Amino acid sequence: MKPAAFAYAKARSLDHAIELLGTREGARVLAGGQSLIAALNMRLDAPPLLVDINGVSGLDRIERPDGQVEIGALVRHAQALGSQVVARDAPLIARALPHIAHPAIRNRGTVGGSIAYADPAAELPACLLALAGEVDITGPAGRRTVKADDFFLGLFETALGPGEILTAIRVPAATPQMRCGFAELARRHGDYALVGLAACARADGAGLRDSRFVFFGVGATPVRARKAEAVLDARGFDGLDEAVAALADDLHPEDDIHASGKAKRHLAGVLLRRVVREMQDPWA
Amino acid sequence: MNITEDVPPALTALDRPNSYIGRSVPRPNLARLTQGRGQFVSDVVLPRMAHVAFVRSPHAHARIKAIRTEAAKNAPGIVAVVTGRELAEIITPWVGVLTHLKGIKSAPQYPLAVERACWQGEAVCAVVARTRALAEDAAELVEVDYEELPAVTDPETALDPGTPVIHPELGDNLTFERKLDVGEVDKAFAEADAVVETTFRFGRHTGVCLEPRAIVADWNPGEQRLTVYQATQAPHMMQNLFAKHLSLAEHQVRVVTKDVGGSFGIKVHTYADEMATVALSKLLRRPIKFVADRLESFVTDIHARDHRVHAKIAVKGDGTITAFAIDDLTGIGPYSVYPRTSGIEANQVVNLVGAPYACPNYRAQARVVFQNKNVMCQYRAVGHPIAVAVTEALVELAAAKIGMDPLEIRRRNLIPDDAYPATSAAGLKFELLSHHASLAHLDAMMDYSGLRAEQKRLRERGIYRGIGFASFVEVTNPSAAFYGVGGAKISSQDGATLRLDAQGAVICHTGVTEQGQGTEAVMAQVVATAVGVPIERVKVVTGDTDNTPYGGGTWASRAAGIGGEAAWQAGKALRANILAVAGSILQAAPKALDIRNGVVVDADSGRERIGLDEVARIAYFRPDTLPPGFQAELMATRHYVPRTWPFAFTNGIQASYVEVDPETGFVKLLRHWCVEDCGTVINPQLVDEQVRGGIVQGLGGALFEHCVYDSRGQLLNGNMADYLVPMAAEMPDIEVAHVVSPTADSELGAKGAGEAGTAGAPGAVINAVNDALRPLGATPITETPITPECVLRALGKV
Ligand SMILES: Cc1cc2nc3c(=O)[nH]c(=O)nc-3n(C[C@H](O)[C@H](O)[C@H](O)COP(=O)(O)OP(=O)(O)OC[C@H]3O[C@@H](n4cnc5c(N)ncnc54)[C@H](O)[C@@H]3O)c2cc1C
Repeated sequence: MKPAAFAYAKARSLDHAIELLGTREGARVLAGGQSLIAALNMRLDAPPLLVDINGVSGLDRIERPDGQVEIGALVRHAQALGSQVVARDAPLIARALPHIAHPAIRNRGTVGGSIAYADPAAELPACLLALAGEVDITGPAGRRTVKADDFFLGLFETALGPGEILTAIRVPAATPQMRCGFAELARRHGDYALVGLAACARADGAGLRDSRFVFFGVGATPVRARKAEAVLDARGFDGLDEAVAALADDLHPEDDIHASGKAKRHLAGVLLRRVVREMQDPWA
Repeated sequence: MNITEDVPPALTALDRPNSYIGRSVPRPNLARLTQGRGQFVSDVVLPRMAHVAFVRSPHAHARIKAIRTEAAKNAPGIVAVVTGRELAEIITPWVGVLTHLKGIKSAPQYPLAVERACWQGEAVCAVVARTRALAEDAAELVEVDYEELPAVTDPETALDPGTPVIHPELGDNLTFERKLDVGEVDKAFAEADAVVETTFRFGRHTGVCLEPRAIVADWNPGEQRLTVYQATQAPHMMQNLFAKHLSLAEHQVRVVTKDVGGSFGIKVHTYADEMATVALSKLLRRPIKFVADRLESFVTDIHARDHRVHAKIAVKGDGTITAFAIDDLTGIGPYSVYPRTSGIEANQVVNLVGAPYACPNYRAQARVVFQNKNVMCQYRAVGHPIAVAVTEALVELAAAKIGMDPLEIRRRNLIPDDAYPATSAAGLKFELLSHHASLAHLDAMMDYSGLRAEQKRLRERGIYRGIGFASFVEVTNPSAAFYGVGGAKISSQDGATLRLDAQGAVICHTGVTEQGQGTEAVMAQVVATAVGVPIERVKVVTGDTDNTPYGGGTWASRAAGIGGEAAWQAGKALRANILAVAGSILQAAPKALDIRNGVVVDADSGRERIGLDEVARIAYFRPDTLPPGFQAELMATRHYVPRTWPFAFTNGIQASYVEVDPETGFVKLLRHWCVEDCGTVINPQLVDEQVRGGIVQGLGGALFEHCVYDSRGQLLNGNMADYLVPMAAEMPDIEVAHVVSPTADSELGAKGAGEAGTAGAPGAVINAVNDALRPLGATPITETPITPECVLRALGKV
């Protein structure tokens, strides 16, 4: 388990990082290294050059622009977990963070790395999608912003192009009307989810509107349960059984080492019930 | 019986000064290990040392048509690229059979596959380079042409006429078969009031050590001598095997084993890649290091427990168990592992089913078959978890069927505590067990009736909790009956050599070894007690075939019981020798003297007479002052092997308390209890932690650990993300208590404690889960690991 030889360069600034990434085809950003280095050690991946962005200043801030929460790419999971701003204004993310790995990994692993890596069973990509957040990207052609809905394209595949760096994610700040819910089933604490659900909606009287229920661990990307969302938006909590049934159309999980696709779909239904009940009565 | 006035009464020898028996003294090696100053094989660096990486077969079964090594040979830092054919000229193949396992057969195994690779992960080519990283780089350049052959992966069809025979020269895929028929089994089943019949499936799993297998081999052509630094449990056994297969005399081989980061039975076998490493050192005439990485560990460290058992039990309406019958089938990979064989696990299953119970009728059949998967062999609690789970699940299913409490059915059937010596239906000879005392202790310790009341209350609120038990016996302190009689050069005896150093401290060389379980502490306690010195004045040396007494090492829960007794006897002998010197210095009768706290005292009054430092000074530097004709002997060696009983069986009972979420199928382990009887408890903390660690490994097998193979023989989850080792967050609090029935075979009276936890935990969990699910009408679960999917299936939800 020794990686193939690679070159290493430490970027001094964002521009420098982008310049370095342009010097070698297949060059890769090194953030917390918690996913990348393991892949290199197992020789599942052999990039010629790693561009270390840990020295780039300004990427590790949690900010509160108007109506939004912005989390810099280099913010460590542990830092986000300890943040008052995240706890208050991005409660869904605060709920998800303790499920990510273990303290040692959370000390190094970054929010940007999780989103960029886009593991289909990871928590943060699902949260970003549930919150209808967006992603800031800087690359050789300058800056651009991509909506979460357009960011996760396939298995470990995102809208990030060659030489591009994810610099921050932004999500709407919580409002009194916002309801969110989170649940995850993992065989052991800290494992990637067997099945997970991150959800967000607007409370409207007794019902929910604009709901976004995003399952993870059930497909190649985080998956929105659009049919179930539509049922819940239309029928409210009375439609729960129907919404669970609609998951049969929304989710097509495949068998994996820990559970059959069939079991995963069953578990998704259990999580949907639990999360909806929780969103119905957030003080329960 | 062999008890003398020196015997420390179990747990109560505290009144003798310097008695450390029964005290939780800290391990002497704690500071070394916690400060990172241990010496593991990975730390060994020798001049001119090169590193080997192996090209491993990606196929479960394939003919090796050609190996092209030119590109690899030209890679940077390369020392050599060696194929199986080349290495076969240096080292002879081996066959893992024992004569007392009648009919067992296997094929010759080579360090590197020569014509065929027989499992995914088998090494086919060795690449030696300046560093491991360079060796791995070059290994990627080795091109092997394989012709894939059909893989035999399902034990159920391994013996079918249509299934390819993995080793055609053996005639079929049957490794070993054993049958047993005792009493009147058919009659018992015919006359039973209730019969439970079911099929158990135990998932293949492995032992995951903190330190992987590691070896440095150093052939010195000048001395014609091989020094091997190896993470092993059995240095003398390995010395014999290295010598035998390299055609050397044993004295030409030295095996040095310093710190070892866990073993659990994983490091007590012959591994092809380690044999290749010693052969490479001989071939290349330089030190070669091999440290298995985690990925290759998963496909080469022995696996265990892959069994399918059809089983049934007959009971009377009053709960009397009248018969057990089992048919065990296990697939062990393409070779029986050398030298202990892969027949022992199934053999143990046959031996141990029904063993706690006074049930005279028992029929068993076990078949061990070859398959194209990684090899299986002895892992902690060999066969016990399977036999105990089968027996105990049957007992609780039968109890449920006749409406009897699970503890009550055990009370009615466990061999009575006053019935010893006793012999089990399978012929195991028990010296003294304490099933009933253990059960009574457990009942009180866990507040069983309180727990049942809680369970009932919670069920009304839709919370499903279950309580499950497992009584068990554990095989410990094996005599030569285990391996020696079968022709293996695996010593069942062990020795200890004690020396008084020139300042009055005691140096102990022991044949048993330390892999993290605390052997050094236990030896120091025994020696300090026997000689009469503060424990700080005892230095224990293990693991060096040039220096330590010949012995078996540490496995089968034998180190404390056998190595400890040797150390005890050596300690008594050294004390006598010291007192002889002191007597001649003091002009006193040695019998009137004793050693306490490192000082020779008058035995009656305790008055201090002379320090051991002074005795040593005179003996070593002023022997001229001793009486003419008197020679001081300040070194003593003693050996011990159990003779009265082939094994020192221990016993105990475990209980598991779980909560099952019937919607998700998740099982939460709430609490776990174990009462066990390992005879004299030398160090309560170490014993309790052995039991706890063992339970955790048992819980791992029960709920998490599984080597998942596909039908083509590919291991699908051979990494630490997908292979789920049990971790702290999922583990329950584990309470441990003891009943003490010392063995009279030794003066120390200690039996083994290393495997009791692993033996009983899976059975207790299976029973607890089924107890929780019973009110929901679930089909009883009889497979491990119990995954959420498995629970959902039992509930008919998927
Ligand atoms: C034992 C273990 C358990 C884990 N469990 C979980 C879990 O339960 N849930 C979970 O979500 N994660 C888990 N992780 C992964 C962990 O959260 C990682 O830290 C995270 O996925 C990647 O973040 P990183 O900063 O370490 O990225 P790195 O490993 O440095 O990079 C990962 C990938 O993203 C790219 N990348 C990183 N940052 C950027 C950027 N700013 N712009 C462009 N590309 C970038 C890299 O080039 C690389 O391809 C676990 C990891 C381990 C080792």
